Amino acid sequence: MNTCRESMIHYMHAYLDGDISREEERKLKEHLTECPSCKEMMDELQSAVSFLQLAEPVKAPEGFVSGVMDRLPKEKPKAGIHRLLRRHPLIAAAAMFVVLMSATLFSSYSNQHFSVTKQPNLVIEGETVVVPAGETVKGDIVVKNGNIRIEGEVDGNVTVINGSKYMASTAVVTGKSEEIDKAFDWLWYNIKTTVKGFFPSSSNEKGENLQNENE
Amino acid sequence: MDELVNKRINEVLKGNHEAFEEIVTMFQHRLYQVCYRMLGNRQEAEDIAQEAFVRAYVNIHTYDQKRKFSTWLFRIATNLCIDRIRKKKPDYYLDAEVPGTEGLNMYSQIAATGDLPEDEVEKMETQERIQYEIGRLPDKYRSVIILRYMEELPLQEISDILELPLGTVKTRVHRGREALRKQMGNM
Ligand SMILES: [Zn+2]
Repeated sequence: MNTCRESMIHYMHAYLDGDISREEERKLKEHLTECPSCKEMMDELQSAVSFLQLAEPVKAPEGFVSGVMDRLPKEKPKAGIHRLLRRHPLIAAAAMFVVLMSATLFSSYSNQHFSVTKQPNLVIEGETVVVPAGETVKGDIVVKNGNIRIEGEVDGNVTVINGSKYMASTAVVTGKSEEIDKAFDWLWYNIKTTVKGFFPSSSNEKGENLQNENE
Repeated sequence: MDELVNKRINEVLKGNHEAFEEIVTMFQHRLYQVCYRMLGNRQEAEDIAQEAFVRAYVNIHTYDQKRKFSTWLFRIATNLCIDRIRKKKPDYYLDAEVPGTEGLNMYSQIAATGDLPEDEVEKMETQERIQYEIGRLPDKYRSVIILRYMEELPLQEISDILELPLGTVKTRVHRGREALRKQMGNM
């Protein structure tokens, strides 16, 4: 058993940690030449450490990375939206548009006044627009906050916002016919028409794409 | 390296899942190695190292980019390893605190209960023997010895990983070496 002072053992460890002053190192080396038990202890410490350093590097097994990826919790919704926006810049543009326009659009949505696109041949009965039997309206009709009753023909699109549409058996609508009741639909309708307005002719497709991606 | 890691982390923070895969790829071997040395079992090491990456991903917003990423990652992994080791131990092991240097003997005695006969140990090949000797170390010394001699990390970094004062790390390295020396004798 080593009977030497604590300081020598301390020096040995300090030496192994490269944490020793020159003076201490000199004292240690001097002591080791004259004290066999300390010399033995130092040799044992050094060989224990060098033995550990023979350890070969260990590598993670095959499939380790994919194993981690499989264990990750599902993406947070927020992250999901980010990704969606990154992958579909058109939707991102539309989202931006919604943000910028919503104030205006909502205020016009909440504007509850009855209105209708001016077209000849249309008959207004209170808050109901009538396309009379035997008549043909050429062009689109948009009715807001009111109803439409179609008995004749419309050579164009019919859109009813916040109202109902009645089609008589004789009714003919050559274009698209839609009813918009919810605020969101209303927003979307505005975005579509505005985007179409932005790209008047050849770029009209873009508006279509936008529509398709959403549907 | 750190710059690249922080770049990837920022991408992960923005919701880019794939950027994390690159981080795992970069650190997988080092992290697995630490876990394997701590636990001495390949299946467990894989499980814990993967769990460490999952926790890093979930808590990535708490990582301070001014610090070293590997330090933070190693901290998560070593904590998980220590928890795993404690769960496996019988109760009397838990209370085995070392009150001073003399406690070393108590620890060595407890550790010795899992020892193999000497002739078995002598038949071991080097790599097996290394892992056997590390496994016999009390776990508070085992973690510092692994980080010091297998990861070859500076004492300050070990102190950051284990969240221990530098002086405590030094003491544990000393005692860990001392324990190793006693275990191995003059081989
Ligand atoms: Zn001596």
